[in-house]
Amino acid sequence: MRVRRLAAWTALPLAVTLGLVACGSGGDGGSGGTNPDAAVRIEIAEPQHLVPTNTTETSGSQVLAALFSPLVDYDEANKAYEVAAESVTSEDNKTWTVKLKDGYTFHNGEKVTADNYIDAWNYGAYAPNGQNASYFFEKIAGYEDLQGEQPKAKTMSGLKKVDDLTFTVALSQPYTEFKTMLGYTAFYPMPKAAFSAPGVLAEGYEQAPIGQGPFKMKGTWQHDAKVEVEKYDAFPGEKPKVAGVEFRIYQQQTAAYADVLSDNLDVIKTIPTENLSTAATDLGDRFKTSPASTFQFLSFPTYQKEFSNPDVRKAISMAIDREEITKSIFKDSQTPARSFVSPVVAGYRTDTIGEAGKFDAAKAKALYQAAGGPSRIELSYNGDGGHKDWIDATCNQLKANLGVDCVGTAEPKFADLLTKVKAKQPVGLFRMGWVMDYPSMENYLGPLYTTNGSSNYYGYSNPEFDRLVAEGSAAATEEEAIKKYQQAEELLAKDMPVVPLRFGQNNFGHSTKVTNVEVDLFDRVDLVKIEAVQ
Amino acid sequence: MFRFILRRLLQMVLAFFGTTLIVYALMFAGQGDPIQALAGERPVTAAQRAYLTEKFHLDKTGIDGFFYRYFDYVTNLLQGDLGQSLTGRQIGDILAAAWPVTIKLALIAMAVTILVGVTAGVLAGIRRASIFDNSTLLLTLLVLGIPTIVLAPLAQYFLGVKWQLFPPTAGAEPDLYALLLPGIVLGSLSLATALRLTRTSVAENLRADYVRTARSKGLVKRRIVGIHVLRNSLIPVVTFLGVELGNLMSGAIITEGVFNIPGVGFNLFRGIRTEDGPLVVGIVSVLVVVYLVSNLVVDVLYAVLDPRIRYE
Repeated sequence: MRVRRLAAWTALPLAVTLGLVACGSGGDGGSGGTNPDAAVRIEIAEPQHLVPTNTTETSGSQVLAALFSPLVDYDEANKAYEVAAESVTSEDNKTWTVKLKDGYTFHNGEKVTADNYIDAWNYGAYAPNGQNASYFFEKIAGYEDLQGEQPKAKTMSGLKKVDDLTFTVALSQPYTEFKTMLGYTAFYPMPKAAFSAPGVLAEGYEQAPIGQGPFKMKGTWQHDAKVEVEKYDAFPGEKPKVAGVEFRIYQQQTAAYADVLSDNLDVIKTIPTENLSTAATDLGDRFKTSPASTFQFLSFPTYQKEFSNPDVRKAISMAIDREEITKSIFKDSQTPARSFVSPVVAGYRTDTIGEAGKFDAAKAKALYQAAGGPSRIELSYNGDGGHKDWIDATCNQLKANLGVDCVGTAEPKFADLLTKVKAKQPVGLFRMGWVMDYPSMENYLGPLYTTNGSSNYYGYSNPEFDRLVAEGSAAATEEEAIKKYQQAEELLAKDMPVVPLRFGQNNFGHSTKVTNVEVDLFDRVDLVKIEAVQ
Repeated sequence: MFRFILRRLLQMVLAFFGTTLIVYALMFAGQGDPIQALAGERPVTAAQRAYLTEKFHLDKTGIDGFFYRYFDYVTNLLQGDLGQSLTGRQIGDILAAAWPVTIKLALIAMAVTILVGVTAGVLAGIRRASIFDNSTLLLTLLVLGIPTIVLAPLAQYFLGVKWQLFPPTAGAEPDLYALLLPGIVLGSLSLATALRLTRTSVAENLRADYVRTARSKGLVKRRIVGIHVLRNSLIPVVTFLGVELGNLMSGAIITEGVFNIPGVGFNLFRGIRTEDGPLVVGIVSVLVVVYLVSNLVVDVLYAVLDPRIRYE
């Protein structure tokens, strides 16, 4: 009884406001005016860190994208263009000159100078600081001297200030796509106020980071609750069209989805899998998709005898009906993959693995038996990521098409899976995913398949491949680099150390109170474009 | 009475250290690679690994390592320092932010349980086999049969999203109204149990000799039920409610997740997922205290309800 009366009391003003809203937009002529004084509310998870060089996950980098302006950003073709930088140039791809645009200031009034970049990057690379994104600086000359427990130096020899708005970056080896790298969160500058002493981060900086971007902090980071930012008026770049943003922290995306449905939240960046089938009806044209860089694949423990023959690996790839799985399990929220790099990077070709990617049960079985593949296949995955459905479906396909016994084995967490894989325990095939750090083929090929790659857990080693990737990195132009990378990718197609399965996309939705919502390749909402409806 | 409470308090200290030791040991034994767990599917750099390993003594393994880390933890705990979580936040701060909202939620759930559960239980007990009795039986069976993991999203969808009677989520600084729906959902399970318990107890006591005596004495019915029967019937219910208070606080993992309340349950879940030993032990230690205190309160309440019970 009581509840119902309470509800009536809230329903009444709600109905009145709704009526008013309808009147307002009607008077505007239908298309709906925008309100530059409104703040928008965007869903994130609790960030792990809010220091640029320590932030590698999407929630943190979404907040930092509001507070900082990058040196370069990416256009529609995912090519880098200058934002906070006036120019980024190099003659030999080894020494790069970065000229900064004049007029940028930090939110505390400090003028942005070359020193701010050099200080921040040195802080990030210095091993005892334990920064998550330190590996971004490993191409810079002198990075090695900052590693180990007792590093030889505190600053990288490759970073040199020329004048207040210019500095040079010497790399230890030529790298053609260095400019492309600079769009990442790790390369933001930090103000003098961020450091209490040279190389020592000031206490409390992380609770209210000071940047040079379009928004500044409003209050401090309220853990597990929200991070609020407001427009920074002295920002010289493209101005945002909203007065502020509230990044509201959610533990579960289903809760955020319920809030978007009832206009309690404006943007959900990832619609939970269980709601994907109904999202189109729930949200109508407010349910949107955009390309993402994720790449899902199954890896072979190539060091194990039964999987050491490339023909066995090809046969398994051939026995998987990718279309069937993306359609019935992922409701087309992911697309089948037949290459080793994502469609979002330059140099992508739709079909590099050729025959191995064409579903053909009979051929697969013949090839598998001729190559002497094992009679039992195990697929290992982490049980906390919603992978069971497609693993089971893949297993069933392998059972039916290859006539083998197949089981899916869940490890509690990805970390547990990796521990086993690193110890070379026989886990069978294991699932992996990859999200790029910057749009380049090298970012897919280098870490995953070169002999010393940071995420090469499958023991794949091909000196020819390593050489081609290295040559690509050092090529004179980007076009030449891509050519080398593509040659390297063809080697992968021959060896098949992994089975490419799917490319991802961002599935996001927004409330009726905002328009122009775009989510970029890094799963971040474009904060300059988003507008609030009046 | 005083000696009784004092003795219980001393026992609490022992129980507290015992449980922290057990929980710490369990977390320690179950620990795989917390650094990778924190990074998710990203590769961890050598520098980051070395930094965290040193900071949290993660290289200390085996029996020696366990005792080294446990004593390190307890020493800090005695100085009032709960330690840092793997992301570098003070666990004391996390708990200080999480507890108030969880306590609020648990109290609402408790209030719902007592108001609705006990009242309906008494009514059902008095009118045995009536329509009211049978329909509450059916309803409680239904509620007991639906797990929270189903009930919470359903309630959120229908009451929050579809009919918009309640806000669908509560958030970090919720008002009372926003906490009402999660409170009802959380309390519904104990509500059902409390209702059944009260009903049986009341029905039984109504048949007791002293009720017949009171009735033959010509006492008004309201006084018989309201004073004599109720007081005697509440003993098992109070026992249940005392334990339930602890359950409500620790068992809100699902409810807090669905309604986005950053309370204790959510932090416990996060701690377990990221293998954050100190965080889990910190939360569980406080939960242990909650259980111990609520049990003590229940024991003291017995004497109030039944003067025959004496403590020594």
